[in-house]
Amino acid sequence: MIVNDSPAPSVGHAAATPQPSPRMAKKRFLHDAAEHVRDTGHRAFVRKALSGYYASRDLQKARFRDWEHARDAASLAKWSAVNRLDELLPRFVAAFEANGGQVHWARDAEEARKIVLDLVLAVRAKAIIKSKCMTSEEIHLNAALEADGYGVVESDLGEFIQQLRGEPPYHFVFPCMHVRRDEISDLFGKHLGTAPTDSPEELTMIARRHMRRLYVDADVGITGANFLVAETGQISITENEGNARLTAALPRVHIAISGIEKVVEHLDDLAVLLPMLATAGAGQPMTCYNTLYAGPRRPGEADGPEEMHLVLLDNSRTAILADPEQRDSLHCIRCGACLNVCPIFKNVGGFTYGTTYQGPIGSVITPHLRGLADWNHLSAASSLCGACTDACPVRIDIAHHLLHNRRNAARTAPNAWERMGHRLFAMVARRPWLFGLGGAIFRRTLPLLKALRPPLLRDWLASRDLPAAPRQSFRRQWDRRQPQQPAAPREGRA
Amino acid sequence: MSGQTEMSAREVILARIREALRTPAPLPHGLSADSQPQESQPHQRTAVTTSGASTAGITGTHTPSGLPTLTVLPEEVARPWLPDGGETPAERLQLLVENLGKLRAIVQRVPDLTAASDYLFTIARERDWQRVAWHPHPLVEPLLAGVPCATYRVDAADFDKNALESCDAGITSCEALVAQTGSILVSSATSGGRALSILPHVHVVVAACDQIVATLADALHSAQARHDGHLPSMLSFITGPSRTGDIERILVLGAHGPKELILILVG
Repeated sequence: MIVNDSPAPSVGHAAATPQPSPRMAKKRFLHDAAEHVRDTGHRAFVRKALSGYYASRDLQKARFRDWEHARDAASLAKWSAVNRLDELLPRFVAAFEANGGQVHWARDAEEARKIVLDLVLAVRAKAIIKSKCMTSEEIHLNAALEADGYGVVESDLGEFIQQLRGEPPYHFVFPCMHVRRDEISDLFGKHLGTAPTDSPEELTMIARRHMRRLYVDADVGITGANFLVAETGQISITENEGNARLTAALPRVHIAISGIEKVVEHLDDLAVLLPMLATAGAGQPMTCYNTLYAGPRRPGEADGPEEMHLVLLDNSRTAILADPEQRDSLHCIRCGACLNVCPIFKNVGGFTYGTTYQGPIGSVITPHLRGLADWNHLSAASSLCGACTDACPVRIDIAHHLLHNRRNAARTAPNAWERMGHRLFAMVARRPWLFGLGGAIFRRTLPLLKALRPPLLRDWLASRDLPAAPRQSFRRQWDRRQPQQPAAPREGRA
Repeated sequence: MSGQTEMSAREVILARIREALRTPAPLPHGLSADSQPQESQPHQRTAVTTSGASTAGITGTHTPSGLPTLTVLPEEVARPWLPDGGETPAERLQLLVENLGKLRAIVQRVPDLTAASDYLFTIARERDWQRVAWHPHPLVEPLLAGVPCATYRVDAADFDKNALESCDAGITSCEALVAQTGSILVSSATSGGRALSILPHVHVVVAACDQIVATLADALHSAQARHDGHLPSMLSFITGPSRTGDIERILVLGAHGPKELILILVG
């Protein structure tokens, strides 16, 4: 591992625009990927940031008496809930409403934004505080609130830093893992007028002091939700900093935004899912605060919001649900483990994806959310090493879903050149004499090809070299190395 | 926002869900059903077993739609596989103290409430607290008599968030202590509402040794039993002092919640 002494060059901000125009998505991906892959400082910085995660994750996994079987149970809990969403979602809603919460249904991002804007208008919100919520990133809520003149502050430290930088999250669990401390110090100096420091602790305390009054003064708190418990009508929120707890405690109105797929049936399911989410996501036994909210403040309770609203968002989740093959991608608990182990993520970085959900799981679900034709290139950006499948605590077979997306893309919009190429190869490979002839020609002309750099080889040779061609074909060499065995029938040589 | 559009969004989404689920999905990766559903016996019991043959199977019943419905909760199945919560009270106590130590929480065992009160006096002096917040509870109230500073009593009738914000520490009771993870389960009903355990810079929890349970599920069950099914509006597992790793993945304690978590364990 390279120790990153020299400062990592800053990541290209052009890549950070939330939603590139669809036709541009692939071009931009290829451009940004090439740029980031060459940026060895950035790569070393991200790897170093993740090295502590690997160690603590393994330590926490070892505390499970059987991590692999616990994954089975977690996967089953999500499977049985997602496959009975028709029954469990109405059950959750009834229980949540019985607890005094109000439910709002949103078919798409626009409807969800309108619901939230109407709610903040109705309560005449002056200040809005927000805790980390990826569904709000998905629907671009902050931009909509700001366009209507509302001030909204991200309270999660990483999200706050990203908000000040004017960037979306780099990683959906570790939003600013690509930012160096000196950049954060400069950022705080510029926006908050604080003195420079290179201590992460002091930087954290600056944000803590800045945010305290905002929690007390805000009249609306917006949060996400990690689980919706059908049996009890509670929403579960997972966090480490305490900002979500404060956001749901002090403002007069609490608005939570959640995808419809977050339902689990039993409260007890959380006894399995919460420690697994923390272990896989951050290498912790449990995250610091795992909180269940059942409606607004009750009579006799000291504090809490007067109103609690929940926005239930579809936004193409039902399209994933309608695909039995990839339905299990709705089991995702957004732990981010698949990003942390992905060789592609670690090399191209979070912004290159151009999506709300980065990494392998983002590559699986984004084509469903935004269209396969424009986003299937993400599924090609995979080494198919299967590290994501192994890392997933709810056993989503992510690596195969990437293959499914490739297959679906090939079916819906076949590439004529690719098909011709495969046909040509099949024709050659079926005829041993032709295969041998092709090999012989290739071996002899390889130095010439390397010198001429024809279009197909040019991209490959841009950052790689080809070894010198052997003098004899593999088949010839194989035959020569066989011990002399008279009359042994050889099979399968063709 | 008209009620009419909301009704229709609800109906549209539920119709999409019903339509989507008409085609059943295969069992999760790595799991297999022992037998296929038979149309003549839609409620035939079917064992869904995990990939490990030696372990207890996950059993389910096929519904008419052909999906196994679980007859055993995932938590019951997973219990032997999750981190250990201890068999005996002594083991649970040891695990709890160990886990809290790793989380950088402070644990102080005291024989009785008088000793607890003395300890609170000491830490209030050491940290030079000017004002501490508390809520009425049989384990909390007796400790307040001797604190060497001003106090603020959190009250449902007259809650003042500005007053609470100015306090150095919040003192609360809890629902349960979890040996398995070192978590402290608090609730809006038994910990003075939502803010007392999160807003002040230090959170002091006073608990009795018999509040220690083995697992997260046991803690949830104890809360359900205590509140007779009517759960408080907030239940929160607190696992160590507030923390963040957002700056270069370096751990810092006290992001927005308490920088210090102190458990006074009585008995």
